[in-house]
Amino acid sequence: MAPHICQLCNTSRAQILRPKNHARICAPCFIDIFEREIAETITSTNLFQPGERIAIGASGGKDSTVLASVLKTLNDRHAWGLDLVLLSIDEGITGYRDHSLDAVKRNSVEYDLPLKIVSYEELYGWSMDQVVAQIGKKGNCTYCGVFRRQALDRGAAMLGVGHVVTGHNADDVAETVLMNLLRGDLPRLGRATSILTSTPSATMSKTDSEAKGGEVTITNVKRSKPLMYAYEKEIVMYAHYKKLDYFSTECIYSPEAFRGSARTLIKNLERIRPESILDVVRSGIDMAKLVPNAEGQPKGAVEAVVRNEVEDEAEGGCGGSNAKEVVSEMAQMEQKLRQDERAEEAGTETEIKLPSKVLDGQRPDRDVNPDLLPVAALTTHIQGQTHGRQAQTDGQQLPSDIRTVTIRTKQEKKSSRKATRDAPPPKQKLGQCERCGYLSSQAVCKACMLLEGLNKARPRTGIEVG
Amino acid sequence: MTEAKAASIPLAVEFTGGLELLFSNQRKHKIAIPSKKPDGEPSNVGDLISWLCDNLIKDPRKEMFVLDDSVRPGILVLINDADWELEGEDKYELQPNDEIVFVSTLHGG
Repeated sequence: MAPHICQLCNTSRAQILRPKNHARICAPCFIDIFEREIAETITSTNLFQPGERIAIGASGGKDSTVLASVLKTLNDRHAWGLDLVLLSIDEGITGYRDHSLDAVKRNSVEYDLPLKIVSYEELYGWSMDQVVAQIGKKGNCTYCGVFRRQALDRGAAMLGVGHVVTGHNADDVAETVLMNLLRGDLPRLGRATSILTSTPSATMSKTDSEAKGGEVTITNVKRSKPLMYAYEKEIVMYAHYKKLDYFSTECIYSPEAFRGSARTLIKNLERIRPESILDVVRSGIDMAKLVPNAEGQPKGAVEAVVRNEVEDEAEGGCGGSNAKEVVSEMAQMEQKLRQDERAEEAGTETEIKLPSKVLDGQRPDRDVNPDLLPVAALTTHIQGQTHGRQAQTDGQQLPSDIRTVTIRTKQEKKSSRKATRDAPPPKQKLGQCERCGYLSSQAVCKACMLLEGLNKARPRTGIEVG
Repeated sequence: MTEAKAASIPLAVEFTGGLELLFSNQRKHKIAIPSKKPDGEPSNVGDLISWLCDNLIKDPRKEMFVLDDSVRPGILVLINDADWELEGEDKYELQPNDEIVFVSTLHGG
């Protein structure tokens, strides 16, 4: 077959076929355009502030290695003045994490970036190997995800960093979108498809890490995914052509994970129609816009949510959980939708009741303009996440004394971000976890709850008789 | 001096991204496969893949490399440092001393 010529430089032999647009380009042109597209993603979303201190979540794998390499390159090239550090989490998985950490150490030397390693063992007293020995291989990914979420935040706090970046790529986001679709968990979509999320986090003063009465400063730890629109295939090609050193083995516990099924679907889809991956990501972003948030309006891109970020990582990770919770929420939502449709057809306006008090530490409703258009549907009360409405207690007819709220069907990311900033801060019961002092809207944070379960079941050394 | 075409084609294959585990933990291999198929047609990359499964793979987990007669989705193939999709995928006819690289993308990042 006659060799193709690069479509960009028209000189060299084409070496890569880009999945997103079938372009045929040579390796140097590919490296150039890949880096430029990431830079474009970063600048167009105002992801970073000049001089910002950024922790790169580094696992030693292909995505985080490429992320570190690209960020360093772009930072130097465009003089963004970012202060980059590598942050690595040691889950204590033998045969997997111990080898990949060696790769991170090599990256640290090669890119001349400081490295901080935080381990589950030191944070929680449990390594993942021990957790799996205790609870088996189903649901262990949930533990790993919840723990990692906290570990990253704590590591960031230890480094004095307010922004963590991770190497999530387009395939990861597409898988997450599919996973949430398959599990009927639409509200999570908003967070999964946002390039930047922000959650309040507690930093403890160093002297009081054990005492409960320690000083806690609440800061916002930002999380972002600069590689969100980059195909996994291109990340691998980038690493290949730039000869980057990374570690590549599957987590030994991952074959049982639900994400594997979503991944198989995505990979098979990519074979037939590679553009589908980015299309799924975009669909996810559009769907997320339709899911109502606390103000009764469709979610924009940036949302501050406290409790569910923890579960988020668990879901965003490998394992699956909360299925029952989600099914009942969907059932409620479906019922609502049916009722609303009937009301629409009958020509009666659909109105939604707004609760007058705060439930379970959730946000109270904001001011609602009664002059706005009636709602078409999309109302539900989801546990742990507030949508500003109360679920119908018995699923019957909607009461007639309720006010209307608006749904903005089109919403710009920027304007929603602005709205959340300008609006009065939500009254959220932000407290501290009783056990560890970590920020939580519950009395005990999720990580401590999981740990409690683990510790209770931990086999004792002696046997009690009588 | 032989006039007949060589009966086998020398190739350099490389496995990365975790695939080396299936091939005795060795990334690079120098091999030679028959230059023609049993039906007389020149050997192509598809034949190479079958040959690898029959002769080089040392791990019983073949499904990590192949699926239904072709490489598993998620494994990239580079022929002489170029995407095999540009060369005709598994229909590409092998030339002596070609370099074929198999890169797996199926692992954590």
